[in-house]
Amino acid sequence: MSIILDHVNYIYSQGTAYEKHALQDINLKIEDGEFIGLIGHTGSGKSTLIQHLNGLMKATEGCIYYNGQDIYDSDYNLKELRSKVGLVFQYPEHQLFETSIIKDVKFGPSNLGLPALEVDLRAYEALKQVGIGEDMIDLSPFELSGGQKRRVAIAGVLAMKPEVLILDEPTAGLDPKGRDEILNLVSSLHKENKITVILVSHSMEDVANYVERLIVMDHGKIMFDNEPKKVFTHYKALEQIGLAAPQVTYVMNRLKECGQSVNTEPTTVDEACEEIIRWAKKKGILLT
Amino acid sequence: MIRDITIGQYYPADSVIHRLDPRVKLLGTLIYIISLFAFHNIASYLIAGLFLAVIIHLSKVPFSYIVKGLKPILFLLLFTVMFNLFLTPGQEFVRVGFIKITLEGIKTAGFMAVRLIFLIIGSSLMTFTTTPNHLTDGLEKGMGPLRKIHVPVHEIAMMMSIALRFIPILLEETDKIMKAQSARGADFETGGLIKKAKSLIPLLVPLFVSAFRRANDLAMAMEARCYRGGEGRTKMKPLAYKKRDWIAYLCFIVYWTLLILAAKIN
Repeated sequence: MSIILDHVNYIYSQGTAYEKHALQDINLKIEDGEFIGLIGHTGSGKSTLIQHLNGLMKATEGCIYYNGQDIYDSDYNLKELRSKVGLVFQYPEHQLFETSIIKDVKFGPSNLGLPALEVDLRAYEALKQVGIGEDMIDLSPFELSGGQKRRVAIAGVLAMKPEVLILDEPTAGLDPKGRDEILNLVSSLHKENKITVILVSHSMEDVANYVERLIVMDHGKIMFDNEPKKVFTHYKALEQIGLAAPQVTYVMNRLKECGQSVNTEPTTVDEACEEIIRWAKKKGILLT
Repeated sequence: MIRDITIGQYYPADSVIHRLDPRVKLLGTLIYIISLFAFHNIASYLIAGLFLAVIIHLSKVPFSYIVKGLKPILFLLLFTVMFNLFLTPGQEFVRVGFIKITLEGIKTAGFMAVRLIFLIIGSSLMTFTTTPNHLTDGLEKGMGPLRKIHVPVHEIAMMMSIALRFIPILLEETDKIMKAQSARGADFETGGLIKKAKSLIPLLVPLFVSAFRRANDLAMAMEARCYRGGEGRTKMKPLAYKKRDWIAYLCFIVYWTLLILAAKIN
């Protein structure tokens, strides 16, 4: 089970003044159960790339295989693909339309033609997963707060029971508490339900804390594709394309520049803490 | 795709038509449209077509891009042609069953099609070559004299430019919502009329909500910058006629004269 992109190219508005080569020769293999972070500057092609993964956009050139099948085959069922590869767009709360929360969550599974009971079960389960209580399910989605709306919208995709979940900037515009809630939810979905997750993000801290593999895009090309720790050692190159490494990476590098023998690999605050304590003990600064 | 709708859009290029004063283009478009309805003989259509071709060439907007803008009105065009073709009384040309095509029918249908195509291309050329900001300025200044009879010129111009500015935004929004709902398994293409109409609800509700939200945001942003109507508002770049604008007016006079001559000869 995997997604394979083979020499994928995409060109917007070909032949006009607005022409843009949004994806250039993308080769990628996404295995089952991976937790991938996708970062890149605005306009680097991230959103275009993820829309290719569930067949919403068709590559100008190249092939995409899902579980070994070519999704551009004329007899390939794109609707089924879309239920397998769930895509949560940026500001997903803008797509809510029903009169009650539960009805909105049911929209996805009922489009799959499932029996009514199954649709109900899935909707309740998805709402439970995102932490929307049963006392709220009959409210109008427009009465909710921003963070709650977003969770309802994510539930709408989860109710389709995707094997791969793609989230485009799921934390944009949320406060720190709302951000942590969403990211913890995604992380637990990955751990407990064994869903493959692709997280598109601007925040280096977010991806460093959660993902196992980091893909960096620039001008429609893949620049780095490695473990976050390895990618962040190139922090100078990341800065040049308008990105940055997590703040602790800078702290550790600064320490090293000052002549201290620390490992610059830590990317989360906890790891950095451990490393500094280890170093301090060795130096005899910290005794216990 | 929905992105392909080009009516009312601006096409960036550096051409003499793009640099013309918006008032010239507005009045010119009006003159051109009137000319299409005032004269209907083959010679005048030839002149109108030639005139349009020259402007298209000068504007540097690709012809294929212009033709793409005709697609949405194709149905209307076919409809008009059919009506004229089958329902015009006159001398019989061919007859299949109860359907009868007359010579006059062919003539009016042809003229009608040409007139509609010229009309659409002519007016979309104006928006292709004029930025919404310029268009508003041109409208406001061009209609200036009407203010004396209490026509809210500034408000009309502002509303028009906002409407034009919102076309691409709302198209993009529609595209986005359609994709988001497709990702949830929505189907906008298949099914009968009722099913199709129903499938639009998940698209239209979020679209309306977002349109109101955007309108609200825009109103706030305008107020935050102390917008209070056209009273006492100054311009950073006031419009002023240049030499090329007078030459353009002269071209329109020549065009009109040629049309009158063509009509006289006929």
